[in-house]
Amino acid sequence: MIEQIQAPWPWYIAGAIIGLIVPALLILGNKTFGISSNLRHICAACFPGDIKFFKYDWKKEIWNFFFVGGIVLGAFLANHYLMSGEAIKVNATLQKELSNYGITNFQYMLPSELFSFKALLTVRGFIIMVIGGFLVGFGTRYAGGCTSGHSIMGLSNLQWPSLVATICFMAGGFLMANIILPWILSL
Amino acid sequence: MQKEKVQNIDSNTACINASEQTHPGWYNLKYSLIGIVFGIVFVKAEIISWFRIQEMFRLQSFHMFGVIGTAVVVGAISVFLIKKLKIKTIHGEEIKIADKEFNKGQIYGGLLFGFGWALTGACPGPLFAHIGSGFFAILVVILSAIAGTWTYGYFKEKLPH
Repeated sequence: MIEQIQAPWPWYIAGAIIGLIVPALLILGNKTFGISSNLRHICAACFPGDIKFFKYDWKKEIWNFFFVGGIVLGAFLANHYLMSGEAIKVNATLQKELSNYGITNFQYMLPSELFSFKALLTVRGFIIMVIGGFLVGFGTRYAGGCTSGHSIMGLSNLQWPSLVATICFMAGGFLMANIILPWILSL
Repeated sequence: MQKEKVQNIDSNTACINASEQTHPGWYNLKYSLIGIVFGIVFVKAEIISWFRIQEMFRLQSFHMFGVIGTAVVVGAISVFLIKKLKIKTIHGEEIKIADKEFNKGQIYGGLLFGFGWALTGACPGPLFAHIGSGFFAILVVILSAIAGTWTYGYFKEKLPH
């Protein structure tokens, strides 16, 4: 049992638990599943400026901060108590491709060559962390939701605009990962 | 106190709080519990791994498709049952889920988020899980994402929707 918990969890367990978050939030208090709205609530709470989009009663949405706080804590607990300490198993083709770009550390969830304060000073590190982050924040709000709000909550509620959004998330990801990212990694 | 007129958050662009009820602040801790479960799954199923996301977009692994697909199926069955059986919240309130309205933002914004997802290997949820995992450099990514959201708000009226 302990070995199974310490090993990486299979997709069907993870998917089922994430799927159950949808009814859990609804039944606990009429909340619809979503994460990216937090970024908007932070803007509304900290620097709304004179922007209409950020003028609303963010305190009414404070549950979302508690939800995200739980994610931070859950990740901490998993790392400290539920890990076997083994390296991530990465697809051999991907390993080979990445090693061409000098990415050879597969010990952690993130390649240390790209995600660190030091990497921020490299061209590719800056593009991936700063521009990548900007696109996540800009794109999710423009689309009206992220993987949780559209792809999981929206699709669960059979919303066709969420299907459009999900297809576009995937299309953008495929294009970036296969066509543009190799060029960025070579910088 | 705030004098400006506070408008209601538009349902289409946020995960809204549909509840009309007010509760003491500590009631929100129940959402933290759900968040903890989510955070553990993020880490244990390696959903927050940059490598897993690259494998997904290169069709080198079924893992992430399996996670999202199973979540949608379980979520859809749950929502169906909630509607069918008219299940109420634990506080006796009727459960309401706002419909998503289509606008072109779902296309343009969706593509832009897709670019960001493949670059950072993370959607907004995993970004927060990275902080809990001790990858503090990801704070930079989160700050950029907040800046991106703010920029969207600033230019919203000028963007095609």
